[in-house]
Amino acid sequence: MPDLDNNLVQATAGIPVESKRSIIKKDLIRNRYIYLMLLPVIAYYGLFHYGPMYGLLIAFKDYGIADGVWQSPWVGFTHFQHFFENPYFWRLIRNTLMINIYELLFAFPAPIILALLLNELRLILFKRVVQTISYLPHFISIVVVAGMLVDFAARDGLINNILGVFGMEPVAFLQEPGWFRFIYVSSGVWQGIGWGSIIYLAAMSTIDPTLYDAARMDGAGRWKQTLHVTIPDIMPTIVILFILSIGSMLSVGSEKIILLYNPLTYETADVISTYVYRKGILGADFGYSAAVGLFNSVISFVLLTLANTISKRVSEHRLW
Amino acid sequence: MLAEQKHWSNRLFNTINYSLLILVSVVTIVPFLYIVAVSFAAPAEVAKGGLLLFPTEFTLGAYKYIFSTDTMFKGIGISIYVTVVGTFINLVLTSLTAYPLAKPGLRGRRLFMLMILVTMLFSGGIIPTYFVVKAFGMINTYWSLMVPTAISAFNLIVLKNFFQQIPDSLEDSAKIDGAGDLGVLFRIVLPLSMPAMATFGLFYAVGHWNTFFNAVMYINDSEKFPVQVILRQIVLLSQDQIGDTTSQQDPTDYLPQTIRMASIVVATLPIVLVYPFLQKHFAKGVLLGSVKG
Repeated sequence: MPDLDNNLVQATAGIPVESKRSIIKKDLIRNRYIYLMLLPVIAYYGLFHYGPMYGLLIAFKDYGIADGVWQSPWVGFTHFQHFFENPYFWRLIRNTLMINIYELLFAFPAPIILALLLNELRLILFKRVVQTISYLPHFISIVVVAGMLVDFAARDGLINNILGVFGMEPVAFLQEPGWFRFIYVSSGVWQGIGWGSIIYLAAMSTIDPTLYDAARMDGAGRWKQTLHVTIPDIMPTIVILFILSIGSMLSVGSEKIILLYNPLTYETADVISTYVYRKGILGADFGYSAAVGLFNSVISFVLLTLANTISKRVSEHRLW
Repeated sequence: MLAEQKHWSNRLFNTINYSLLILVSVVTIVPFLYIVAVSFAAPAEVAKGGLLLFPTEFTLGAYKYIFSTDTMFKGIGISIYVTVVGTFINLVLTSLTAYPLAKPGLRGRRLFMLMILVTMLFSGGIIPTYFVVKAFGMINTYWSLMVPTAISAFNLIVLKNFFQQIPDSLEDSAKIDGAGDLGVLFRIVLPLSMPAMATFGLFYAVGHWNTFFNAVMYINDSEKFPVQVILRQIVLLSQDQIGDTTSQQDPTDYLPQTIRMASIVVATLPIVLVYPFLQKHFAKGVLLGSVKG
C-alpha cells in the first residue's frame, strides 16, 4: 500500500494547481491509520475533559437534574454573588493562599536541596540506597499517609509518647487549628521529597562535566561549583516546575485535607476545593459549587499566566 | 597550607552532606518500620507505647483478624483488577496518542497538542466531571475508576518526546519492508520504548492502586469498594468490625491499633512489591524527555 501512495504522490506532483480539498483528502488517505489511532483519544478528550467544561455552564444556571445542563434556567452571576457574600469567603481564600505559600516556601525547594546533596555524593552505593529509601513514600496512598498522621499525632500516639519523655504535655495535634498547616506541609515534604528530586537529578546528569573542570581550574570549591555551575544549569527546570506549581496553587490536594480536617480545624484547614466538595457532593448544591469551582479555576489560570509572563520577562524561561 | 585548608573544608562538606542524607533516610524509613513492627507485635507491648521497632513477641493476631472475613480479600482483588486493566488501557491509549503526535508532518498536530495542554491547565472540576461519569452510566462500575483517568497529559507529553528521539531511519526501513503505521508502532517503536513503558506503567499503576477519591465519589456499593476505601474505613473511620467478631480467635491477640497497622501493611505491600521489578527499567533517562521539554 505505501508504494501505491508514493505513486499517487509522484503522479500528482506534476500538477501545478491543486485544490486544498484534494490535498486534505490525500493526506487523510495516506495517514488513515494515524488518524484512526487518534480517534479514541479525541473521543476521550472530548467527553471527559471538554465535556465537563461544557458542564460548567451550570455555574450560571439554576440546575435541576430533570432539566439537564441546557434546559435549566439561566441565573447569571447569582451563584458567584452568593459566594462572594458568604461569611466564609475570606477564610477560604486566606486558607488556600496560606497553605500554598507554605508549600512554595518549604515543599518546593526541598527536592531541589535533596537533589543537590545527592549530586555531591561520590559513594554510588550509598547514593542508590538513599534514593531508593526516599522514593518509598511516593508509593503509599493518601489514605495511608492520613492514617499514619492520625495514629502518630493522636493524644496517646507516638509523637506525644516521645515528647512525653522530654516532659512535654500531650497535644491533640489534629484537633488544633494552629498545627494543621504544619502537619499538612511537612507530611507533603516527607512524601514528595525523594520522588520530586528525580527530575532535578535527571537535569543535573545532562550538565557538561567540562564545566566543573573549568570551575575547579579557577579554584572553585564544591560549594562554589554548586552555586555557579549546578544551580544555573538546572535553573530552566526549576523555573518551569515553579510556574506549574503556581498554576496548581488553588487546586491544592483536597483529598488529603478531606481525610485530615474536621470542624475543629476548619478555621485553618478549609480551602476552596474542600468547600466545593462539601457543598457539591455532600450537599448536592450543584450550580453553586460548580460556580465556586469555576472561580477557583479562573484564578489559577490567571496566576499561571501571570507567573509565565513575569518569568518570560525576567529570566527568558517560560512554559509557553 | 592552602591544600590542607581545602582538605579540611572538603571533609566538613562531606560530613554535613552524609549526616543530612542519613537523617533524611532515617526519617523516611522509621515510620514504615514502626508500622510493620506494631502490626506484628503482641498487644501488651504495643500498649506500653513509645517507638517500637523490634517487637520481642510476634503474633499474627491482627492479620488473622483482618482476613477472618472476605472484605479485605475482595478489596484487594478489585484493586488488582482495576490496576491491571486500568494500566493496560492507560498504556495503549497513551502510546496510540503519543506516536502520531511525535510525527512532524501530521496535520493539526499543533492544535491537538494545544487542546491537550489546555486540559492540563484548566478543568471542569469535580461536579461537572461527576455528571459526565453519571451520564455514561459508569456510577458503581469499575469503568468509573479507569476511563476518566485514561490518559495523563504529563505522561503523554514525556512519552511523545521519547518517541521523537527514536531515529527515523528505523521507521523508514520498516516501511520499506512493507510495514504500516500500526506495524511500525507495535514492532519497532514500542519494543524500543520498553524502559519508558515500564516507567509510565509504574506511574499509572501506582495511581490506580492508590485511587481513593474517585472511588468514594463514583462507587456507592460497599461490595465494590477498592482496597483504599476499605482501608479508610478501618484506619480513619475506626470501623474495626471488618473481621469476624464471633470467631474462635483469642481477642487478646490484637488491638484496634495493631489492626490498623496491619491493614496499612496489607494495602501497601502489593504496590511496593512491583517497584523492584520495574526499577531496572526505571532509568531516569526516560524523564530527560520532560527536562528537555
